[in-house]
Amino acid sequence: MAETAPARTAPAETAPLDINGWTCPAPLRDHPRVVMGHGGGGALSAELVQHLFLPEFGGPALAQLGDSAALSLGGVRLAFSTDSYVVRPLFFPGGCIGDLAVNGTVNDLAMSGAEPAYLSCGFILEEGVEMSVVSRVARAMGDAARAAGVEVVTGDTKVVESGHGDGVYINTAGIGIIPAGVDLRAQRVVPGDVVIVSGEIGLHGVAIMSVREGLEFGVDVESDCAPLGGLVRSMLAVTPDLHVLRDPTRGGLAAALNEIATASGTGVLVHEARVPVPPAVANACSILGLDPFYVANEGKLVAFVPREHAEAVLDAMRAHPLGRGATVIGEAVEAHPGMVVARTRLGGTRVVDLPLGEQLPRIC
Amino acid sequence: MKYIDEFQDPALARRLLDEIHSTVTRPWALMEVCGGQTHTIIRHGIDQLLPDQVELIHGPGCPVCVTPLEVIDKALEIASRPGVIFCSFGDMLRVPGTGRDLFRVRSEGGDVRVVYSPLDALTIARQNPDREVVFFGIGFETTAPPNAMTVHQAKRLGIPNFSLLVSHVRVPPAIEAIMQSPSCRVQGFLAAGHVCSVMGMAEYPELAARYQVPIVVTGFEPLDILEGVRRTVLQLERGEHTVENAYERAVRPEGNPAALAMLEDVFEVTDRAWRGIGVIPDSGWRLSERYREFDAEHRFSVTGITTREPAECRSGEVLQGLIKPHECEAFGTLCTPRNPLGATMVSSEGACAAYYLYRRLDLQAAPAAPTTPLEASPVG
Repeated sequence: MAETAPARTAPAETAPLDINGWTCPAPLRDHPRVVMGHGGGGALSAELVQHLFLPEFGGPALAQLGDSAALSLGGVRLAFSTDSYVVRPLFFPGGCIGDLAVNGTVNDLAMSGAEPAYLSCGFILEEGVEMSVVSRVARAMGDAARAAGVEVVTGDTKVVESGHGDGVYINTAGIGIIPAGVDLRAQRVVPGDVVIVSGEIGLHGVAIMSVREGLEFGVDVESDCAPLGGLVRSMLAVTPDLHVLRDPTRGGLAAALNEIATASGTGVLVHEARVPVPPAVANACSILGLDPFYVANEGKLVAFVPREHAEAVLDAMRAHPLGRGATVIGEAVEAHPGMVVARTRLGGTRVVDLPLGEQLPRIC
Repeated sequence: MKYIDEFQDPALARRLLDEIHSTVTRPWALMEVCGGQTHTIIRHGIDQLLPDQVELIHGPGCPVCVTPLEVIDKALEIASRPGVIFCSFGDMLRVPGTGRDLFRVRSEGGDVRVVYSPLDALTIARQNPDREVVFFGIGFETTAPPNAMTVHQAKRLGIPNFSLLVSHVRVPPAIEAIMQSPSCRVQGFLAAGHVCSVMGMAEYPELAARYQVPIVVTGFEPLDILEGVRRTVLQLERGEHTVENAYERAVRPEGNPAALAMLEDVFEVTDRAWRGIGVIPDSGWRLSERYREFDAEHRFSVTGITTREPAECRSGEVLQGLIKPHECEAFGTLCTPRNPLGATMVSSEGACAAYYLYRRLDLQAAPAAPTTPLEASPVG
């Protein structure tokens, strides 16, 4: 088009304009109360952490803001991570809150290259929830822990009054040892890195939505909930020199790529036609007015790999059951630093932004 | 999915683009009326691929964007009342009223629920007989029939605790208002396929003749948009101005008779304010006398709420195609999706948000192909 396009503005997190008009130093001036978006894994979540939590108790390790912290303890490099699970419904096609609570934390550890080893498990149960439900969740956790090769070694149980919880909430924390020579950080990404996704995206989010109250649409999609430690191990066996890994959970692929682009200061270019979106996910998103790039995954990873190792890493991934659908979707570029841009199927481009809060279904 | 994949085919898109390029001999300004079409255009980068002479102006067809501030304020007031369950489509929750949105009301204890159909709200009303359940009935001719059907059901089944906060709008009067504006630059229209699937095409020939503009009804996939543009440009180049149906798989000339009968029964035409534009005569629907008891504005006595819109927001000019979103001084500075001044920056179908999200890139510095193209590398 002949029109002059708008001048580029920096990403919201660093834009001075966002600070303009901050008439008082108090954080989160826009939100005197917590809104759902603060837990959505997008810009609102990031703001809550940056402006409220970090100033109060942030140290150098927390300031890394990775999915897990990389720590040195007695000469050993440890990864340490925690996550809370508040999924509704508790049981969904392809899994339940129990699998999620184990695999989610295992995967956060695996993304730092660690061998996940031990988990803690904190239950918050609602008064009145059926014991058979708790039992099914616990069994799923046991099965998932065995499959992931981790052991639950400490825990806690609290009960809240009826009406104060959704039946079962779980928090898990985990530790694992990071092998020597492995240093996975977004800051290591450089232009030329190849971006690989381990398989089809959007399955978990669509599986959850398909059984959520008021939606119940018939779709043949199961959650991809799975432990990724083994896949990461087979990738690191090819080269310890992977630059960064992320599991694109809340906020989906878009959030994961944006986090990496922002932290590394490089641009990310994604070729839309290469991103594996299964038809059932595309259809569900089309009906609901959602974008598959923003839909959650629970058994996928995104890797930024030096170009010279990309082919070998891709082969290793495809040889692993959880990486069979691995594919190159784009690359890190010098252009548009800190931004993610998609080249569309038709040959146009668009910015893939960090989601704000929750993705909202469109009216029409 | 049938009727999706085949309408996103890059090779066919290229062929249509080539035809448009070879047809155009001078500049033309087309308006796509519908927000869903705006979304497709920006998301797929279609505007970047069209010839420079074809300018797409994004019209006032996002129901979220044009819902007046004062109706949002009424919604916020009703949703804040104890004993109310306020049901809405998802994307209305983030639309700023005066100083807050429905998310804020929810965080302050209001029972605000996202539903996917007004019938879900009716179900909630039946399950909660001791609560007042209100559905936020906004949108164009596309969302009006299910809302009409729901009120009809509520009356038939005698469900006293259900009501509708109505702010329905109609496309043809908006087209008329745009054409009558002295600064109007629009020379042809892409009409909204889903609106016509309900209403049919009878309202459009008169408009096309009176204002001498081609009107091409089309759908929402990239190929639909391109075919609509191709036919509109062809008409303009030939000096024609007729109504065409480029969306025959969904639109019949007579529309959907059952839906039309339902609209006729439940609603009546009224003047309606459009956010950023002002009042357009006969451009909306309200509940007819027969169904007035289900009108939330009366039930909750909020008819008196009136609101002035912020002066620095130029969404009205954007919605009328007078300026492009980034030509507004507030765009990307005072006004972002985080802090929207107007609704066009809130909804993902709003022209301002679409520009902000997908086009912040300086296209002059669009990403060049990587130095070693992946296509040519052994990877992938």
